[in-house]
Amino acid sequence: MLELKGITKKFGGKTILDDVNLTVEDGKILTIVGPSGAGKTTLLRCISGLAEVDSGEFILDGQTFDPATNRDNDSVIGVVFQDYQLFPNLTVLQNVTLAPTMVLKQATSDAKKEAKRLLDQLNLGDKADLYPYELSGGQKQRVAIVRALAMHPKLLCYDEPTSALDPDLRREVQQIIVKLRDEGITQIVVTHDIPFAEAIADQMMRVEPKD
Amino acid sequence: MHYFSEILPSLISGTGMTLSIFFWTIIVSVPLGILVGLGMKTRFKPLTWLIDIYVWLMRGTPLLLQLIFVFYGLPIIGIVFQRYDAALFAFILNYTAYFAEIFRGGLQAIPVGQYESARVLRLTRWQTLRKIVIPQVVKIVLPSIGNEVINLVKDSSLVYVIGLGDLLRAGNVAMARDVTIAPMLLVGIIYLLLTAVCTLILHRLEKHYSAWR
Repeated sequence: MLELKGITKKFGGKTILDDVNLTVEDGKILTIVGPSGAGKTTLLRCISGLAEVDSGEFILDGQTFDPATNRDNDSVIGVVFQDYQLFPNLTVLQNVTLAPTMVLKQATSDAKKEAKRLLDQLNLGDKADLYPYELSGGQKQRVAIVRALAMHPKLLCYDEPTSALDPDLRREVQQIIVKLRDEGITQIVVTHDIPFAEAIADQMMRVEPKD
Repeated sequence: MHYFSEILPSLISGTGMTLSIFFWTIIVSVPLGILVGLGMKTRFKPLTWLIDIYVWLMRGTPLLLQLIFVFYGLPIIGIVFQRYDAALFAFILNYTAYFAEIFRGGLQAIPVGQYESARVLRLTRWQTLRKIVIPQVVKIVLPSIGNEVINLVKDSSLVYVIGLGDLLRAGNVAMARDVTIAPMLLVGIIYLLLTAVCTLILHRLEKHYSAWR
């Protein structure tokens, strides 16, 4: 379970996040919705440690932690970026196995086996040896999801997962997120796509722009 | 034809010197250029100023002048180099500056998202550089590096000024002795062959990196 208590974040003099409190239960989906500029992405960046907060606490399974500095424990938070940010110089398989082999020190054969299992699961089995530029947008996104899952995150975050997808692909990512929930993966989805958010959410949180 | 075969041995030995300057400069200044290029991007201001001044000096003055300065100037303050070492020292300093500028440009072309993506996967800074950033930078800078490599083949002829026997000097000696332009023709052909080989290798490299985009 992830808890945020009193998270506040300022840029310059402007308060982007003001005393945000939220709780995500294990194996549930929290969607964070709101208009552009409301700080949704900033909140996600704080949770994933890419931005430091000015005040507030993160508590994961009862333990306080600082996502911005805490990089060596097992409580990984996976992120699927809006523009995926696959590594263009690596094949799909290498994109997925890079961190498990280098960070988790998995044997290459084990990492490959696990990667192939995950790729098969998201219908990417035949794409393992392609480079990212050879994939469609939806396929890139699924690779980004697999890459994050291969690190066995306790929590998986998505930034605007539907923004670049057509309606069919939107349904597809919806199915994937729900399927991962059924497998017990805790997920946070930031989106301005309200119908999508309502379709997948166990909990919804609305953020509004601060003046 | 007979004359060519007579002067060829001395030209080939001159080519040996040219190649030796060429290879050692490449081998040392490319990795150094990467390091200095990375140094330009640090947040530690004194280091970036130092590097800026160094690059400005190296790119702002003729390589010929730098050679003269290292060999004839530095001994005044007690730093004495052998001819060959002086030449290598000046070439490495000069080319590192150019390579550093090229790598800095390449580094700037990598989106921040690549670093962030590596960071949430908990790759270390060094792993990120080695596996993700440097391969992408190399692909970007390869054409510019190629230009410098070709330049270096020809710039190496500047070592004549401190009395090293390179290819051009070997041709010059034969020309003065035999009062004919013919040796220079051969010298030109050898330079063309050297740059042709470089061009071929660079094309191969670019092709290798064209597997991904």
